[in-house]
Amino acid sequence: MRVGVSYPLLLAGLGLLTAILFVGSLVTGPAGIAFFESLEALLTGRSGAASIVMQEIRLPRAILGVLIGASLGLSGAALQGYLRNPLAEPGLLGISASASLGAVLAIYTGLSAAFALALPLMALSGAFSAVLLVRLLAGGSAQAITLILAGVAVTSFAGAMTSLVLNLSPNPFAALEIVFWMLGSLKDRSMTHVWLALPFILVGWTMLFQVGRALDALTLGEAAAATLGFRLERVQALVVLGTAASVGAATSVAGAIGFIGLVVPHILRPFVGARPGRLLPASALGGAAVLLAADIAVRVIAPERDLKLGVLTALVGAPFFLWLIF
Amino acid sequence: MTSALSIRSLNVRLGARDVLRDVSFDLQPGEFVGLLGPNGAGKSTLLKAVMGLIRREGDMSVFGRSLDGLSPSERARELSYLPQEREVNWPVSVRALIDLGRSPHRTGFTGPSTKDRNAVSAAIAAMDLEELQERSALELSGGERARVLIARALAQETPLLLTDEPAAGLDPAHQISLMSTFHGLAREGRTVLASLHELTLAGQWCDRVILIADGSIVAEGGPDAVLTPANLATVYGVRAQISVNSDGLSVVPTGLI
Repeated sequence: MRVGVSYPLLLAGLGLLTAILFVGSLVTGPAGIAFFESLEALLTGRSGAASIVMQEIRLPRAILGVLIGASLGLSGAALQGYLRNPLAEPGLLGISASASLGAVLAIYTGLSAAFALALPLMALSGAFSAVLLVRLLAGGSAQAITLILAGVAVTSFAGAMTSLVLNLSPNPFAALEIVFWMLGSLKDRSMTHVWLALPFILVGWTMLFQVGRALDALTLGEAAAATLGFRLERVQALVVLGTAASVGAATSVAGAIGFIGLVVPHILRPFVGARPGRLLPASALGGAAVLLAADIAVRVIAPERDLKLGVLTALVGAPFFLWLIF
Repeated sequence: MTSALSIRSLNVRLGARDVLRDVSFDLQPGEFVGLLGPNGAGKSTLLKAVMGLIRREGDMSVFGRSLDGLSPSERARELSYLPQEREVNWPVSVRALIDLGRSPHRTGFTGPSTKDRNAVSAAIAAMDLEELQERSALELSGGERARVLIARALAQETPLLLTDEPAAGLDPAHQISLMSTFHGLAREGRTVLASLHELTLAGQWCDRVILIADGSIVAEGGPDAVLTPANLATVYGVRAQISVNSDGLSVVPTGLI
């Protein structure tokens, strides 16, 4: 299936959509600040409480929405292209599961209560341990299947460890906090979270955007791509480390948010003539748009119940994915 | 004259097995050479070893430069390779797929140059794909896909072209036009090495053939000197009707020995 849309037009359209949703995210919230008032409060900073709400609650939330959504969309597209498998997603390499484990340990040990950044920092170390382990297990070989198997092993191990922590949690409140964190959310994040995640996310994006032409060549398989002059070991390292940096940072500040990295590249593939290189920027913008939309939706649907973002993306994503396949 | 490709004492071990043993030969610029031999003789391994896809021992050079001294992208501007596996992973258009052959000639994020476009169009014309160029590469028949992938290798416009069973699965007309394309490339001064099972195609179109069995070269030379009843009997275990006509040598296997 291919859809005739010019590529610059597609990117411009997705960019515009993301910008609109970014503003939409800024003006949505329980504080009930009017549209123009809220933007004025954000830009001038002279409106007292409204400015505090805008600059310290809604702005970081919207920025994280863009950063995390784009990381999920981009790394999903890169992994699908590298592994030549439309079922690949950022969680495949064990990065999300291990980041979650790190966060869960921070909650369980009480470190996160002692100082707030312990949680994202431990989640980040979890993500990077996962990558080291996957690279160690898969060896230096550029074989995609080995990488998938190593990722599956790390994912199940991290999952089992998380279950163990839940199992041993001292009281139901700790268990509930852990479970809620794992559902994924952008609620009550601050600019500190943005500054913590941003460098890793930017480094990850820089790595992932370099592999576009190699991913195109991999359409012909590994042997042909290698003889077209691409160093596949380098491509693998860039994809794996780029995913670890961006998705690891994303998970560490927002928890595990599923389906965006799987579904967004899938939706956009027909619009770029199925070319993996062109899918990267499109999928990054698409991921940002979808995450912003989902984060607006959780606030509009159930403002008083704190509906978790990861729950909504999975709830909508799974049936939508089925519909796409059939 | 410097050889286009020079191979000296090539040895390849895969696991505990010696797949290639002390293989040495030269290809001259402007030659179309057929690589013949039964299944498992080591033809694909030989091509992969030259392309740097598997570990090997021995010296190899293109136009006098050692292959080990070339970066992957330099190598990709000297040698193009058509794998036997006709892998296509995404439903990209035929033209976009053939355009991938231009990868080694591009840097950074620049789009296709006029030269790139011309190379792609020439490859499309050579493989008779004008009608198919906007189709999805996954919707093609096996033979059509084979032609698209050959066109991808042609678009790379390298002095040397190594192809692994390019004629397999093509109808007779496209087999002949493929051979004629390779022959034409050779007349332009480029060098083509193609592994083949179609002995008559080799007999009629190749300037020279290399016959290998069990990882070693058994015979090498003009088709009439190599494709003899004795060689076909020892290497393939077949009897064959061999005749010479105006188009060259015709070899029709008629029975087992």
